[in-house]
Amino acid sequence: MTLTVDIEHRLGAFRLKASFEASAGVTALFGRSGAGKTSVVNTIAGILRPDRGRIDINGDTVFDSARGVDVPTPKRRIGYVFQEGRLFPHLSVQQNLRYAGLFSRGSPPSEFAHVVDLLGLKDLLDRRPGNLSGGEKQRVAIGRALLSSPRLLLLDEPLASLDAHRKSEVLQYIELIRDEVKVPIVYVSHAVEEVVRVADTVVLMSAGGVLAVGPAEEVMGRPDLRPREGAFEGGAVIDTRVVEQDMEHDLATLAFDGGTLTATNVDALIGELVRVRIRARDVSIALERPQRISIQNVLEGTIADIGAERSGIVDVTITVGATTLRSRITTRAMEQLGLAPGLNVYALVKAVSLDRRGAGAPT
Amino acid sequence: MHLTPEEQEVLWLSLRVAFWSVFVSLPFAVAVAYVLARASFPGKTLFDAVVHLPLVLPPVVVGYFLLLLFGRRGPLGEILEHWFGIVVAFRWTGAALAAGIMGFPLMVRAIRLSFETIDRKLEAAASTLGAGRVGVFATVTLPLALPGIITGILLSFARGLGEFGATITFVSNIPGETRTLPLAIYTFTQTPSGDEAAMKLSLIAVFLSLAALYVSEVLVRRAVKRVRGDDADGRH
Repeated sequence: MTLTVDIEHRLGAFRLKASFEASAGVTALFGRSGAGKTSVVNTIAGILRPDRGRIDINGDTVFDSARGVDVPTPKRRIGYVFQEGRLFPHLSVQQNLRYAGLFSRGSPPSEFAHVVDLLGLKDLLDRRPGNLSGGEKQRVAIGRALLSSPRLLLLDEPLASLDAHRKSEVLQYIELIRDEVKVPIVYVSHAVEEVVRVADTVVLMSAGGVLAVGPAEEVMGRPDLRPREGAFEGGAVIDTRVVEQDMEHDLATLAFDGGTLTATNVDALIGELVRVRIRARDVSIALERPQRISIQNVLEGTIADIGAERSGIVDVTITVGATTLRSRITTRAMEQLGLAPGLNVYALVKAVSLDRRGAGAPT
Repeated sequence: MHLTPEEQEVLWLSLRVAFWSVFVSLPFAVAVAYVLARASFPGKTLFDAVVHLPLVLPPVVVGYFLLLLFGRRGPLGEILEHWFGIVVAFRWTGAALAAGIMGFPLMVRAIRLSFETIDRKLEAAASTLGAGRVGVFATVTLPLALPGIITGILLSFARGLGEFGATITFVSNIPGETRTLPLAIYTFTQTPSGDEAAMKLSLIAVFLSLAALYVSEVLVRRAVKRVRGDDADGRH
């Protein structure tokens, strides 16, 4: 599947100009609120009509201002999970899930059973939306969208109105959907953790424009994008594989291209892929391998680059094997250690800074 | 309470008139309420005013205009008789028409309010699930407006039961045909020995109004609960 978006739209003083391509898997529209992410998905769904441009899904043009094409929303076959769920309050969960069936967009019975099973909705079927928890509501909303025979699923900040506990619960279901149901997903979010966990491709947006498009580990690791995104906490994103689980200490050993990492609370089996994000401010630098220290991850590498100074702080790029790490230190520390590109150093990362927050299972 | 055949006839006629006035005007009221709640067009304020006119005009004036328009030789009366075979002049159907028109603004107001409070985001959600305009209206908008529709039905029904001025002007006071409850009470008060009957019918009117209020209150409460999405057994 390919989704091609190339649109321009004006809303008062706000100008939206977005152009990107997305293929199978999860594409995250990432950026702070007000960047225009929701407007972009609304144009894909046909809820917002852009001034100019073109939107193709699998080569099927659903909008083209030049040719006067504007397929109405009900005919676009796009599942949309809204931030607030938007379940129909007058219908039961079961009726909500089967709603698309009223308009010949329903899924076959086997699919219904599969989705209900996957999202754990069985016990909720007879309930009404008014007394579901926020997490339950979002699960039903995801199920309802999946059961409308969509060729593309749009998730607009599906976790925004949930507390931390519910967030991680619903996120697990979203990962499940991504892996089990072969429907491409466009995922809107302003939260780094979510994007790192679920996205294959990231479209970074700011002030109505697209700043960068690329594979998640690439875009999310780019330090140059940090100052333009307030919510963006700079760091490195590394794909690893679980090689050992120490149940006694609740520690996992993760192998990556350049060594191994020790992390806490990794909820994955041996052999599974886990994506880890290491924030630059959690990485310290030593010139010698430190002895008698609590830090569990000591990675030998070479300084590749030292970024520009900003109010006493610099970002140091260290290559460890084929992997790039980033360390944020003070300029004074840099001067005291005499750091310079090409120097051999040890990057120190606390195991506890790599908890479930930063780890997630990619496809 | 013992009712004479004449009194039973009055009661039955009143209920029939009120029922048909509501039944026939409901679809029009829903349509007008929807237009007023959603559409914007030149002359909307004027349209709104015309719809509300029966609320502020003296009922006798409404009855007089009905007589001019729907009388046997009135322009609309001729059309009704010629095309639909319906005669309203001096018939119970005319009483229903008068009651329907007098209750119309009340019905429209209640339903319009309901339409205006509906979260339109739910309608957008329905359209992403395949529902076209008509589908959205039938499965989301209308069911969510149910509390307002019930309230509108009650207000119009009660107004129909109590209609006096327009009815007596338009279709006169014919026993068994157009003599509804208020007209019968009025007639008895004008008769030297009618005090007892007037009191009896007045008590019936009080009872009917209370019953209508009670039933609608129960229905509205249930509908509101449903529209909020609570479970039927009241769990929240």
